[in-house]
Amino acid sequence: MELVFAFCVGVLTSCGVYLTLRGRTFTVVVGLTLLSYAANLFLFASGRLVINAAPILGQSEQIADPLPQALVLTAIVIGFAMTAFAIILAMRARTDLGNDHVDGNPPTIENEMRRKERRP
Amino acid sequence: MNHFPLMPILLPSLAGMVMLLPPLAARVRAQRWLAGGVLAALVGVAGLLLHHAANQPQIYALGGWQPPFGIMLLVDRLTALMLAVTAVLAFCACVYSAGKEDGEGPFFYPLYMFQVMGINGAFLTGDIFNLFVFFEVLLISSYALLVHGGGKEKTRAGFQYVTLNLLGSAFFLIALGTLYGTLGSLNMADMAAKVGLLSPAEQAIAKAGGLLLLLVFGLKSALLPLQFWLPHTYAAAPAPVAALFAIMTKVGVYAIYRVFGGIFGSDAGALAHLATPWIWSLAVATIVIGALGTYAAPSLRLLTANMVIVSVGTLLLAFVIDGGQHLSAGLYYLLHSTVTTGALFLIADQIRLQRGTTQDRLVSSKQMRPTGVLGALFVVGAIAAIGLPPLSGFIGKTLLLHSTHRFAEQVWVWPALLLSSFIALIAFSRAGTTLFWQGSAKRSAKAKTRPTQILAIVILLSVTPVLTLFADPIVAYSNGAAKDIRQSMQIVQQTIQEDRSSTHASP
Repeated sequence: MELVFAFCVGVLTSCGVYLTLRGRTFTVVVGLTLLSYAANLFLFASGRLVINAAPILGQSEQIADPLPQALVLTAIVIGFAMTAFAIILAMRARTDLGNDHVDGNPPTIENEMRRKERRP
Repeated sequence: MNHFPLMPILLPSLAGMVMLLPPLAARVRAQRWLAGGVLAALVGVAGLLLHHAANQPQIYALGGWQPPFGIMLLVDRLTALMLAVTAVLAFCACVYSAGKEDGEGPFFYPLYMFQVMGINGAFLTGDIFNLFVFFEVLLISSYALLVHGGGKEKTRAGFQYVTLNLLGSAFFLIALGTLYGTLGSLNMADMAAKVGLLSPAEQAIAKAGGLLLLLVFGLKSALLPLQFWLPHTYAAAPAPVAALFAIMTKVGVYAIYRVFGGIFGSDAGALAHLATPWIWSLAVATIVIGALGTYAAPSLRLLTANMVIVSVGTLLLAFVIDGGQHLSAGLYYLLHSTVTTGALFLIADQIRLQRGTTQDRLVSSKQMRPTGVLGALFVVGAIAAIGLPPLSGFIGKTLLLHSTHRFAEQVWVWPALLLSSFIALIAFSRAGTTLFWQGSAKRSAKAKTRPTQILAIVILLSVTPVLTLFADPIVAYSNGAAKDIRQSMQIVQQTIQEDRSSTHASP
């Protein structure tokens, strides 16, 4: 179980980092979302992974650490609000600047390539 | 129980919420008075806390839940100093914003209040996850304040700023998970007590977590490889917001002081002074890059933003000189640099308004209307920021130079500080001559200046002579504050011990 869990966190993190390094705002936002999922899963695992355990004393034979669960809940709420804000800002940037590049103007090579494509 | 420690969080958060409710929601004038009143009250509260914390650090257990399980607020001399400088800066920036910035959007003051709440909370908290939460509170209001009023420049800077900080938050959470997984606590003092007891295998994991925290705080405070976001973000922000942002990098610096001086401080066994070798080289490099930036800056606001980077480098350097024995010099410099850069952002905005289309760019244009007041303010601000005598920048830098004793440290610290001051001197002289003296015979149209705006700048700048005149008691206080980083951890640990023994005894 630990191995699968660690693998999931690793894949999510690497995909998230890769996507945030892209040049378009949409992929950046998706990357940030994946990264925050990875962070939440990681934070959840910091209380150790156990099965069939309630985070309350006396409810089950094993007990789970309730603190990471509370932390993850807080982190999810904050991450959700932040992602919503980033999306709105990205849309605003699209209308204000006329393109969806993170720098506000796409690099010239890209423009050149597009011009070549248009030419038959 | 004395409830004063909660006030710096409670007052702005309540005021922000009241402003969003119908009676005040549409009335900017009333919001303005409320905001001014609350921030003036915060200055008073900070003064009281300065007085109280001088005797003994105060521990405030939120909801009566005792640490280490409950969240606690900690007011020692370091916290009180930071709260005081935040309150003064926020009050002046708020006075400055009256009448101009607040008219450009409906939610200026509520956002401003939440931002102040987040900053104060980050300074007060003694729990590292709570620090994350307050970071997010101050960041989300800063995102909205940054793009307040709209415009291409702000949106572009805003998206990059938001993305970088969201990345930082993700890494913050990962670091917290790592540390909680090894130490089993999130209370800073409790963590400090447990760091020394780790087995070598766990030490490696805790070290990774600690260094990840350095990465996150380095991003917030604009330490060298992570400083690229700062200049254009600060230059694009509305003037009062940029002035308030002058404290935001210091929140990152403060977190580094607390985490690497408190948790991974000299009591941490094998992990003691974990970040020192990193901070040494990066802080010197930050000063160099910031100084070069001041010289290359094409406008006064970018110049000031680069001065912020120089001050961050200087403050982090003060943390590592001689093993952190002389942090008091750094704290004195922190008070000085926060107020000065804040004032310079406001002055740059005034100059921008007077110069019409050329704004504050350092090119010759139509001659500005003779504004003796503005020129005088610029000279005072520049002298203070560069570190020329007789103002407080000089005293701060002299204290820092004086605190290096070993040759190996002097070789790095002296050239970095002196040359950066020299470059700043050139940059500011050039900016001043271009802005005030060079220009065609035509006079630019006179823009309206509100007396409250000048008043705000004067109050902020008058802190510098006060810091100079009362340098001795302030340095004595900041000396105590520097010691408190370690001492208050021990005091909290004692409280936890007593609490444990009493609960074991009672049943």
